[in-house]
Amino acid sequence: MRNAMRAGVFAAAFTLGTAGLAVAQQQSTFDAVKARGTVNCGVSTGVAGFSNPDSQGVWRGLDVDGCRAVAAALFGDASKVRFVGTTTQNRFPALQSGEVDVLVRTTTWTLAREASLGFLFTGVNFYDGQAFMVKRSLGVNSAKELDGATVCVQPGTTTELNLSDYFRTNRMSFRPVVIESVEEIRNAFISGRCDVYTNDSSSLASFRSTQGANAEQYVLLPEIISKEPLGPVVRKGDAKWFDLVRWVGFAQLAAEELGVTSANVDEMLKSQNPEIQRLLGVTGGLGEMLGLDNRWAYNVIKQVGNFEEMWERSITPMGVPRGINNLWTKGGLMYAPPVR
Amino acid sequence: MPNDAIAADPRYARRPPTRGMTLSWRDPTVRNIVWQVLILGAVAFVVWWLVSNTMRNLEVRRIATGFGFLGREAGLPIGEAMVEYSPADTYARALLVGVLNTLRVAVIGAVLATILGTIVGIARLSRNWLVSRLAAVYVEVLRDLPLLLQLLFWYGLMQALPGPRQSLNPFGNVFLSNRGIKFPWIVWEPAHTAALLAFVAGIAATWALARLFRARQFATGQRTPIWPYALGLIAGLPIAVWLLMGAPWTVDVPALRGFNFSGGGTVSPEFAALLLGLVLYTAAFIAEIVRAGIQAIHNGQWEAAGALGLSRGDQLRLIILPQALRVIVPPMTSQYLNITKNSSLAVAIGYQDIVSIANTTINQTGQAIEGIAIIMMVYLTISLSISAFMNWYNARIALKER
Repeated sequence: MRNAMRAGVFAAAFTLGTAGLAVAQQQSTFDAVKARGTVNCGVSTGVAGFSNPDSQGVWRGLDVDGCRAVAAALFGDASKVRFVGTTTQNRFPALQSGEVDVLVRTTTWTLAREASLGFLFTGVNFYDGQAFMVKRSLGVNSAKELDGATVCVQPGTTTELNLSDYFRTNRMSFRPVVIESVEEIRNAFISGRCDVYTNDSSSLASFRSTQGANAEQYVLLPEIISKEPLGPVVRKGDAKWFDLVRWVGFAQLAAEELGVTSANVDEMLKSQNPEIQRLLGVTGGLGEMLGLDNRWAYNVIKQVGNFEEMWERSITPMGVPRGINNLWTKGGLMYAPPVR
Repeated sequence: MPNDAIAADPRYARRPPTRGMTLSWRDPTVRNIVWQVLILGAVAFVVWWLVSNTMRNLEVRRIATGFGFLGREAGLPIGEAMVEYSPADTYARALLVGVLNTLRVAVIGAVLATILGTIVGIARLSRNWLVSRLAAVYVEVLRDLPLLLQLLFWYGLMQALPGPRQSLNPFGNVFLSNRGIKFPWIVWEPAHTAALLAFVAGIAATWALARLFRARQFATGQRTPIWPYALGLIAGLPIAVWLLMGAPWTVDVPALRGFNFSGGGTVSPEFAALLLGLVLYTAAFIAEIVRAGIQAIHNGQWEAAGALGLSRGDQLRLIILPQALRVIVPPMTSQYLNITKNSSLAVAIGYQDIVSIANTTINQTGQAIEGIAIIMMVYLTISLSISAFMNWYNARIALKER
């Protein structure tokens, strides 16, 4: 696991050195993916609700469905995805080096990641925020009471930086326990090595949902200490590929807004609503502008569903309410520009 | 034959041919030079190609380069540091903390593994059946299991200890919990530093004295026992210094406060698990090296030493060990290098060594190449230093052939 990670970083460093003789004559990601016939998608290895293989070994979750939607738009077949498991630490080298075409891995959109890593975030598929989880037996009700606590945190994340900022701002001290592997850090928390486990609230909810009967032992503290807009990431300088990934996400939001679902999409082809006609490629020729088939959004909705369907499938079972992740028309932040 | 006759003899007139440079492919000198230039050129070209290609690709992909990030605020929390550190410090300081953490576990680990390995190695040669079997089982079990597995096992065991409020209390004010080992520790004052310096000075003086006594023994044959002087210098001197400076002695006892113990000294579970794993694993290899070294010495050496009237201890110390060390030291170098490099497995159990901190730095700054270069430089420096020291030591104890 560790070795795989290190191998990843080294491989990335090496490929940067040798990659395709020179980037200048390298073909665009869009054409490369099309020629290859599969989308290489970087995901996390085991975050329930986002990307986690089920008992049959099929990847399930909001993030992996995002990858499937891109494949559906490009190839008309949502199964043409190769999932590449990445850790918090090797995810960026994997994308930089071209090992993956798109990274959908609960990754927070920040200035530094766009300005110095050479990435672009195509949008947000989950508005998250960092929170703290403690054991009920500890009797703590607020993050302000955590002075002197031992905190479990994963390295190489914005979480780690927010944590030290928060304690510094509130003039409290803490002891970090920094372990990379999700399983190990959760074990450390369960065993009581740490008083507190901090992560994005979605991730904490995902953790609690996997605890079965013990879920009641854990409490999420009310404080949300950061903004964590999570979304798909692509390499800079690849406009056509960026457009595709971005608009697949928007198309799913637009479909939810227009009430188009995987169940009724065939009926909707006959709809008289011009917005739906444009979205499903009946009129407008929008797919061609993206370099795709005009039925691109139809394929996405038919095979993967709209955003609400993805949410119901993956996030609802963890008991996380839609909240700010609702559509703008329902008081949330999810807003797609016009598909026209 | 007279000299003139030699000069006249045609058999002696022929000189060996002088090696002038002829520009011919048949000339081995020319051939060697050509080959070396070609190979060097090829290597230089590959390096240049890799570097220039990397630089261009980084630029095209708009990835920041250079070591400027070292001066920026790190913001990373670090669990244990041997020097003052806070998240407001720079990346350079965070990396320094990582290097020191690596050195700490490597140095303590190497010393303990050597001691344990030597004991187990000698135990395996014991005439006592039980002792030698136990040592054999230890070696076979420990060296056959992957180190990572052992580390996770020890770390799991540490976590299985009760929480701080129900901590085990084996003796005195020592507490064992899943937060680590807590023990009373004296409040450090200048007198203690002075005593520590006196202790080091005592060791140096003992060593010098031992040389003096040895020289006297060679000159006069008279042996002077060293141990009373050693005791006085190594134990007596620091105590005298400490007493002279007022004998400060305030013990800081760990006490439960809030979430955890405060006060006293701490050994974190991560460090303890890593050290335990590294020492037990490496000691198994060292035991075999020690056993091989002793068994490599012919039995006749023992018998000859016995015939000289040396005691069993002197036989081992003066005759067997100096010869065994020649066999033991070179492979020991490899073991010290291994323990240093294996300490990078620390990341799996959350001990923040150089690899862990450099990896986090890479992730926060996105500068993988610089980060990997730093890790490589650190390990290369440590490893070459160990090699250089061990080679020097090896040369010193090598059999002086006259």
